[in-house]
Amino acid sequence: MTLTETAVTKTIDARGMACPGPLLALIGAIRQGHVGDTFAVLSSDAGSKTDIPAWCAKAKHEIVEVVDEGGFVRFVVRKAH
Amino acid sequence: MNDGDSTLSLILFSGTDDRLGAAAILATGAAAMGRPVNVFLQYWALDAFRKARVTADHGAATEGGPAGAALVHESQTGERHWSELLRQAKDIGDVKIHACALSMELFGIAKDDLDPLVDDVEGVAAFMSDAATGPIAFI
Repeated sequence: MTLTETAVTKTIDARGMACPGPLLALIGAIRQGHVGDTFAVLSSDAGSKTDIPAWCAKAKHEIVEVVDEGGFVRFVVRKAH
Repeated sequence: MNDGDSTLSLILFSGTDDRLGAAAILATGAAAMGRPVNVFLQYWALDAFRKARVTADHGAATEGGPAGAALVHESQTGERHWSELLRQAKDIGDVKIHACALSMELFGIAKDDLDPLVDDVEGVAAFMSDAATGPIAFI
């Protein structure tokens, strides 16, 4: 287990969800969370690789980590405001 | 307001599930990125928003053939249906869906016949007024 994994507030398993499902799941979690919360999103959707970073840049939330786990990607995002 | 924040206006004309699905994806993406979305429903797209048949099989564009239609039909289930995607788009962003007044009259559709996704009935000039600040796509 990596350091960030222990600090994750909530893990959203969006594997199998079609684009833009994983992003929508992340947006929902961020909206309901508190500032400083970190969310891990597991996604097998290829669109997430571009969409989640683009959304985080636009919405000004912090990408803590992007890990290709083989078959899916784990994005860790911190709610910044 | 820079171009990245401008209103995305979508004119939906076709009522097939593939085109409605593609439009719903575009609307959702724009809404997620904080852009206002202004949707105008005309002709067959408006017909597809009748609440009694929103989730019915609306077929697909002919270029896909029977195999393409089957693929589209399979993709339009549950949470992945274009109407659900539009509901989520409205939930996360500023998405307004307007029914074309002329098409309403042409098809004899009343506002109550339409799915609650549709906000109101609007004339083309009002739509164009809202569309003035950004690009328009006709689908």
